[in-house]
Amino acid sequence: MAGSDDVILLDFWVSAFGLRVRIALAEKGIHYEYREENLQNKSPLLLEMNPVHKKIPVLIHQGKPVCESNIIVQYIDEAWHDKSPSLLPSDPYLRAQARFWADFVDKKVYEAAKKIWMTEGEEDRQVAKKELIEVLKVLEGQLGEKPYMVGESFGLADIAMIPFSVWFHTLNEIGKMNIERECPKLAAWVNRCMERESVSKTLPHPHKFYEFVLEMQKKKGH
Amino acid sequence: MSSTESEVVVIGSWASMYTSRVRIALAEKSIGYEFIEEDLSNRSPLLLKHNPIYKKIPVMIHKGKPICESLIIVQYIHETWKEGYPLLPSDPYLKSQAAFWADYIDKHIYSGAKKFLLAKGEEKQKGVEEFLGYLKVLESELGEKPYFNGESFGFVDMALICFYSHIIAFGKIGNFSVEKDTPKLFAWATQCMKRESVSKALADPNKVYESLIAHTS
Repeated sequence: MAGSDDVILLDFWVSAFGLRVRIALAEKGIHYEYREENLQNKSPLLLEMNPVHKKIPVLIHQGKPVCESNIIVQYIDEAWHDKSPSLLPSDPYLRAQARFWADFVDKKVYEAAKKIWMTEGEEDRQVAKKELIEVLKVLEGQLGEKPYMVGESFGLADIAMIPFSVWFHTLNEIGKMNIERECPKLAAWVNRCMERESVSKTLPHPHKFYEFVLEMQKKKGH
Repeated sequence: MSSTESEVVVIGSWASMYTSRVRIALAEKSIGYEFIEEDLSNRSPLLLKHNPIYKKIPVMIHKGKPICESLIIVQYIHETWKEGYPLLPSDPYLKSQAAFWADYIDKHIYSGAKKFLLAKGEEKQKGVEEFLGYLKVLESELGEKPYFNGESFGFVDMALICFYSHIIAFGKIGNFSVEKDTPKLFAWATQCMKRESVSKALADPNKVYESLIAHTS
C-alpha cells in the first residue's frame, strides 16, 4: 500500500498538465507537498528528477520521480489502487479508449488551442479557429450522450481534458470565438466536471489564465 | 491458447514500425491473428471505419472492436491476455518508467529522423547530430542492462526494436552507423533480433531503405 506522506509535486500554477495531476491526487484524497517551479529558473530538484525533458509536472513519490502527466495519472491510479475512485475503467477495452482519448487531447487539442494565441495575422487565426472547433467537435462526438468521455465515470480522459476548459475564456477573447455556443455538449460536460470538488477546487479561474496569457504576450512584445 | 484468426485482426503495413510493434507483442503472447496489409496510398473502407480519427495503421480489431495507437494496443494485449509472456512490469513504478521511455521513443525517433531525411548540407548534418543525440540518451538509459526492461525483453525493448530496420536505413541516408556510433544499442539490437517474434516482424532494412529513398527523392 502506498503511503501518502512522501509525495511531492513539482508544478507551475497554470499548467494544464500539472492541473491533471493535481485533480488526480485530489480525487484519491492524497496529501502532497506542492512546489511551484519558476520555469525561467528551474530548480536543481526539477533538473535532477526530470533530466530528460526538464519539464513539469513531476511527481516524486518516496524519492522516485514520475514524469509526463498522463503517465503520472495512471501511476497514481495504480500506486493507490486501494483508494477510490478508480481513475481508469477496469475493462481492458474501455481502458484502451481512456488512454486513446487522453492521448488525443495531447496530440490535437493542445496543439490546436496554442495556435490561437500564437498565430499572427487574421487569415492564419481563422484557420486555427476552424481547426480547434473541429477538434472539439470530435471530442463532443466521443462524449455523445454519456456523462463523461469514456463510460459512466469520471476518469483519465476527462482529467486529461478538463484543465483546458480554463483556456476557453482566453481562446474566446483572443480568437473572437464562442466555444460554449459552438460546442454545447462539451460546455455541459465542463459544468458536470466542475461539480466535482477535485476539479472546482483545483482549477484556477479562467480570468487568471487570461491575465497570464496577456502578460506573456506583452513580454513577447505583442 | 491462440485466438481464432477472425477474433483478432491487425490492419497494418510491412513497412510500418508501429505495425511491427503490435506483431511482436502478439507473437510474444502466441496470439494468432489475421493480418491485413493496408495500401496507404489508397486507404481501405475497413481502416477508415475502424480508425476514423487518425486514419492510420496499425489498428487491432478484437472481437469486432478496434483499438488504435500501437503503444495503447500493446497495453491492451497485456491486459487482455494475462497468461504468457509479460509485456509490461507489474510494479506501478517500473510500469510508469516503461511508459515514459516508450513515450520518449515515440516523441523523438521518427520526428527526429524526418529532420534530416529530407534535408541537405548543414541542416542535414544538424538533424543527424540531433538524432544521434536521442539514440545516445536511450543508450545511456540502457546502461549495462541486457534489455531496457532489465534481464528480460519488455515494453521499451519492443517500443524501440520495431524501429531498428528504419534506424539502419536512416544511417545509410544520414551517414552514421549504429554499430560505430552507438555500440551498446547495436549489441542490444543484435540480441533482440535473435527473438523470433522480432526477426519475423521487422522489415528487411534494405527494402526500408529503398522505400525511404523513393519517398524522399
